[in-house]
Amino acid sequence: MTLRFWRGGDPFIWLTGSALAFCLLMISGLVGIILYNGVGVFWPSALEQLYLRDGQVVLGKVVDRQVIPDQPEAYRIQLKVGNRDAYGLDFRWVDEADIERIEQPAPVVVFERLEWGDAYGYLEEITQNDQVLAADGQDVWKALQPLLEASATRWEVIRSIEHEEMGELNRAMEDLRLEKRRLEMDGAKPEAMAELEDRDRALWERYERVSERLNAVRAENEQATVSIRLADGRERSVRVADIVRTYQPNALGVWGKIGIYCEKGWEFVAGQPRESNTEGGIFPALFGTVMMVMLMSLAAVPFGILAALYLREYAKQGLFVRLVRIAVNNLAGVPSIVFGMFGLGFFVYGVGGSIDRLFYPEALPTPTYGTGGILWASLTLALLTVPVVIVATEEALAAVPRELREGALGLGSTKFQMIWNVVLPSALPGILTGVILATARGAGEVAPLMITGVVKLAPDLPLDAYWPFFHLERKFMHLGFHIYDVGFQSPNVEAARPMVYTTALLLLLIVLALNLTAIVVRNKLRRRYASTAF
Amino acid sequence: MSEIRGEIDDPFVVAEIENPIVEVDKLSLYYGDTQALYDVDLAIPEREVTAFIGPSGCGKSTLLRSLNRLNDLVESARIEGNVRVSGADIYAPDYDVIDLRRRVGMVFQKSNPFPKSIYENVAYGLRIAGENRSSVLDESVEKSLRAAALWDEVKDRLKDNALGLSGGQQQRLCIARTLAVEPEVVLMDEPCSALDPIATVRIEETISELKNDYTIVIVTHNLQQAARISDYTAFFYLGRLVEFNQTQQMFTQPHLKQTEDYVTGRFG
Repeated sequence: MTLRFWRGGDPFIWLTGSALAFCLLMISGLVGIILYNGVGVFWPSALEQLYLRDGQVVLGKVVDRQVIPDQPEAYRIQLKVGNRDAYGLDFRWVDEADIERIEQPAPVVVFERLEWGDAYGYLEEITQNDQVLAADGQDVWKALQPLLEASATRWEVIRSIEHEEMGELNRAMEDLRLEKRRLEMDGAKPEAMAELEDRDRALWERYERVSERLNAVRAENEQATVSIRLADGRERSVRVADIVRTYQPNALGVWGKIGIYCEKGWEFVAGQPRESNTEGGIFPALFGTVMMVMLMSLAAVPFGILAALYLREYAKQGLFVRLVRIAVNNLAGVPSIVFGMFGLGFFVYGVGGSIDRLFYPEALPTPTYGTGGILWASLTLALLTVPVVIVATEEALAAVPRELREGALGLGSTKFQMIWNVVLPSALPGILTGVILATARGAGEVAPLMITGVVKLAPDLPLDAYWPFFHLERKFMHLGFHIYDVGFQSPNVEAARPMVYTTALLLLLIVLALNLTAIVVRNKLRRRYASTAF
Repeated sequence: MSEIRGEIDDPFVVAEIENPIVEVDKLSLYYGDTQALYDVDLAIPEREVTAFIGPSGCGKSTLLRSLNRLNDLVESARIEGNVRVSGADIYAPDYDVIDLRRRVGMVFQKSNPFPKSIYENVAYGLRIAGENRSSVLDESVEKSLRAAALWDEVKDRLKDNALGLSGGQQQRLCIARTLAVEPEVVLMDEPCSALDPIATVRIEETISELKNDYTIVIVTHNLQQAARISDYTAFFYLGRLVEFNQTQQMFTQPHLKQTEDYVTGRFG
């Protein structure tokens, strides 16, 4: 009986089934935690005002509730109280036993600020050029809106002056400096030098004028302030220009909350980071990740496929090819940081350094290509993914039935015609599977990037509207590194935690989107080249 | 039974083939250290159907594949002796293999349509030879599909994927594809072994019609099939040609005892 039980394979079915269930549990746990923590971050939840038994009043957003250690029946809640400038800390624990009552006062206002994080409080009065514009809750709220719009326009002006006019001047000055340096290195002619000096002076004059304009706009930003009363009765003033967004969460309806949610979500995806990356958006990181993955695929996929074609179709199968194949398989398993070291030594210092010496000697000792950049990071990752592409392509090629090859040759194909017309189309779905795997691996890799060009903050994208458009020598931001940096290297880890989860969520979504696209493409191809049904 | 196990010192080969298109002359073939063919001498008559029969592993497929040099693909394969097609030695160093394979086409055991449309499958051979005029291609596709008795079944769906056809249709498509390049000889390596009886009958009918225009060499395990469709039959055993004669003679009055044992089903 027991023998039949074992032979019948029932235990094996249970074993395999539970292995699958365990895997699914782990994966859904991972995705679940990220979703749970990431999705709600932008929701403008209610602000609670807590009256404690000792007379203190605390205003904040509930973020956590847990059992007090050593007191099994008692709970405490964690509040985000904001106002870091006043309290020194964003968060505070309150024992539930100390709470007398809780209210959700409607007039309470949230200010998201450029500096010092959020401020929570009640509107007192609003002043512009030392004149009081309004001095009562809802009047202040109404008077605040046009001022906010005006300051948003001013920020736009400042941004455009800084980025476009000043940026252009800076570039011109840098070019001029390099030109001077080149002249000096070649043995300068005095008249040419003098001409450059003139141009330099002209640039400086323009620079002065632009800075004056910039300072004038900045001065306007100083004019309006709003003063608020905190829950404990203290008054603080906030520059209107520092306010990114303001809303009254307890007075908002569901649609209003959804509006704020979408607005913050969009800012997260499309905006620039603030407050050492713990607030604002992650657009540069998003852009850097996608561009790096594309550059990497561009380098890895054609090379991998071509190499695999030679290895499988042309090379004489023997000991040497076997050794090459084993080496490639091993490369696919080398820790990524090793590739990073190689990238740093070979691409950055070796190739980049040589490029600098040959083409940019005037800029030295400042490196142009001889330092980490998106090009070197992409090439390093391409090196990391090429083995995966080769192995997968080889397998796909080997799976093309011999009859198909012989059929093509039997009709008078050359070997090239056979490969191009018959073998490659048949192997394409398999090759794409390999490319998907490789790209996904590359997209999730962080370690080698940290030493080949990823930085914490790089406001200049590697692709912009200025010649030569692609700035492949620039450093870039990356979502994976962003998570590490914000989560573990930022000065205010607790406040940055929501950002970590939302960024992780976004990274997951990107990988999912990349894979889904590739899978759809592959299935289309597979339908077209479905194997013969006998 | 026992007497067939030894060497075959004196094969019976009918000498008077008047119009040979393929002449095999003392052909020996080795896969590495293993010899697969021993001194085969054979002449294949033009515009007739010649069948190769014999038990598995007797070298009949190997011989067939060496007639259009598909054995070149096997890296360890090496030959002695020579094969002439229309008088030219196809194993001569300067012989154009691509051209040979156009003149000596091949239909395989397992149907192997390319993952393309029906039309493109048939046009493939002409396209790779550089023919791109659609009028020529259209004409050739229709002619070849008619010759392979497939035209009426597929004429309305030429743009459909060939992999959607049934097994028998796929095999006839492969025949049409081979005919499209207008070969002189068509080699068929057990073309019906993977087909049901009805599809087999269709293919056999097709072969019978083709022999007016083409020389056909067919390898088959099915003795009845060989008897039905071939004009000449060659019997191979253990890499040697045992007997080669007109099919009728072969099946009614074989010269050698081994042949008689095989065709009467006493071994094999």
